[in-house]
Amino acid sequence: MSVDTKAPRKKFELKAGVATREAFGRTLVELGRENRNVVVVDADLSKSTMTTYFAKEFPDRFFSMGIAEANMVGVGAGLAMAGKIPFVASFSVFAVNKGFEQMRVCAAYGRSNLKVVGTHSGISIGEDGPSQMSIEEIALACSLAGFVVMAPADEASCKALVRAAAAYDGPVFIRTGRPKAPVIYTADHKFEIGKAVEVAPGTDVTIIANGLLVAQAMLAADLLDADGVSVRVIDMHTVKPLDRDAIAKAAKETRAIVVAEEHLIDGGLGVKVAQVVAETHPCAMEFVGIHDRYAESGQPEELLEKYHLVAPDIASAARKVLTRKS
Amino acid sequence: MSKSIAELQVIAKRVRRDILEMIAAAKSGHPGGSLSAVELVVELYFNTMRIDPANPKWPDRDRFILSKGHAAPVLYSVMAERGYPDTPKDKLNTLRQFGSIYQGHPDMRFIPSLEASTGSLGQGLSLGLGMALGERLDGRPSRIYVMLGDGEIQEGQVWEAAMAAPFHKADNLVAIVDNNQIQLDGFVRDIMAVDPLADKWRSFGWHVVELDGNDAVAVRAAFEEAAATKGKPTALVAHTLKGKGVSFMENNPKFHGVAPSQDELKMALQELN
Repeated sequence: MSVDTKAPRKKFELKAGVATREAFGRTLVELGRENRNVVVVDADLSKSTMTTYFAKEFPDRFFSMGIAEANMVGVGAGLAMAGKIPFVASFSVFAVNKGFEQMRVCAAYGRSNLKVVGTHSGISIGEDGPSQMSIEEIALACSLAGFVVMAPADEASCKALVRAAAAYDGPVFIRTGRPKAPVIYTADHKFEIGKAVEVAPGTDVTIIANGLLVAQAMLAADLLDADGVSVRVIDMHTVKPLDRDAIAKAAKETRAIVVAEEHLIDGGLGVKVAQVVAETHPCAMEFVGIHDRYAESGQPEELLEKYHLVAPDIASAARKVLTRKS
Repeated sequence: MSKSIAELQVIAKRVRRDILEMIAAAKSGHPGGSLSAVELVVELYFNTMRIDPANPKWPDRDRFILSKGHAAPVLYSVMAERGYPDTPKDKLNTLRQFGSIYQGHPDMRFIPSLEASTGSLGQGLSLGLGMALGERLDGRPSRIYVMLGDGEIQEGQVWEAAMAAPFHKADNLVAIVDNNQIQLDGFVRDIMAVDPLADKWRSFGWHVVELDGNDAVAVRAAFEEAAATKGKPTALVAHTLKGKGVSFMENNPKFHGVAPSQDELKMALQELN
């Protein structure tokens, strides 16, 4: 990609778009129209996971399992073994935590073509509080051998990656969220599983983020730009398989990396990026995420701020990493 | 393939000998729950199921899932008898050894003709229900058979699936409970009682057939009744004898998960002559 470094930097405009769960639900309907093998299994949350759109248009291909996520995942795997392309959906916290053993045995080890979609991920689910907040599912899903794990940032990327998941032959987990997601991409932007997107060019420091924190990373880049710091922002929408080349290049060229995610620091994107950095071009790193604790009820914005997941937190992590840059 | 009851009984005896030899050679494994299920699995593969071993992925085939995956030896032996190309008879005695296709629990990576990789209890009925729904959607005649242990049904997921299958009117799904009354730690009634079994399945909406699961005639009749049952899935509550066919293993909790010694093997094979 060629970038005119002389041109004045265009500021990121925070524009609320469609929630990624909504994008997932709409895309499922498109997929259902295109391919009669696409089927959906849900566990009494279709009005929240947005599989309800699919259920209305394709009642014969929508299977309600009631509040029974382990069975939902197992039935999904069975449908895959019968040649279907099943999407099973629930809140991330229930799909992955209650369906984990089934994801492991029937989808990962059993190598079935199952797509698990978690909605209401992270602490930005808001008012429902910690029992509904999924902050560990990236770590869990990535620990399943052979799984593809993705966390799209906005509507356009979510739509494209849900389509990519349907076209991919193998088990996939997709993390989506409840609140409206700020628009990052134009509708025609192309995405590929495992291929990170450089959403802003820069040379002094790289911020690697995914999900809702891509927008916060863009805002942080603007804060730093005002101080004369040139910030590269990378959307790591696929956590597994990681785009090692994009990470190695960023480590080599900017020699300072901040990773930001709406997830526990333990086992999240940050430690996975750090592993690649350690193996390629070791450099100073900082991590923005949730530190070994549970959150609470509140508005998403209030929570993201209290748990230090917003642009000023990312900017201060970047300033800190710059002081350590060799 | 249609076999007479007498022919199946001859095969069943060979399968029992295979099971014992395999497990003795491996020096580990689960003889009791393999022996209890012999008549059921033999009937499925030699008469009831529409299968073509030469074309194991035939789309219209019936499918068998051994949810109680620790009884792998009975499945391996029956598939070898039936002539699947990826279950050679002359390799049965490599069971559980490094490099063997005959893994400790059924593993599709090594034997593609298997319908599922199992071993973590409680999961097979959900898989079977998913297959049943998928086959029905495609208008295929396939029927799905899932064998569960009576200890296994202590797992909660079994009852999630048991609730869902009648709700979805999956009459192409058959659950077979190998009710041999013994699990690893002892008698099921002492570990976590599961009775009354038939009432439980019936109250969840299943058509229930109770039978002597070691009686080849009764087994065939039960599968015929299941096939004739429309609008709901069928559960066979198959009363069996753990360790069936070997006097000192019968109803003996020790042989849930312990291999026979060479002396015990010799005695057992004499009984099965």
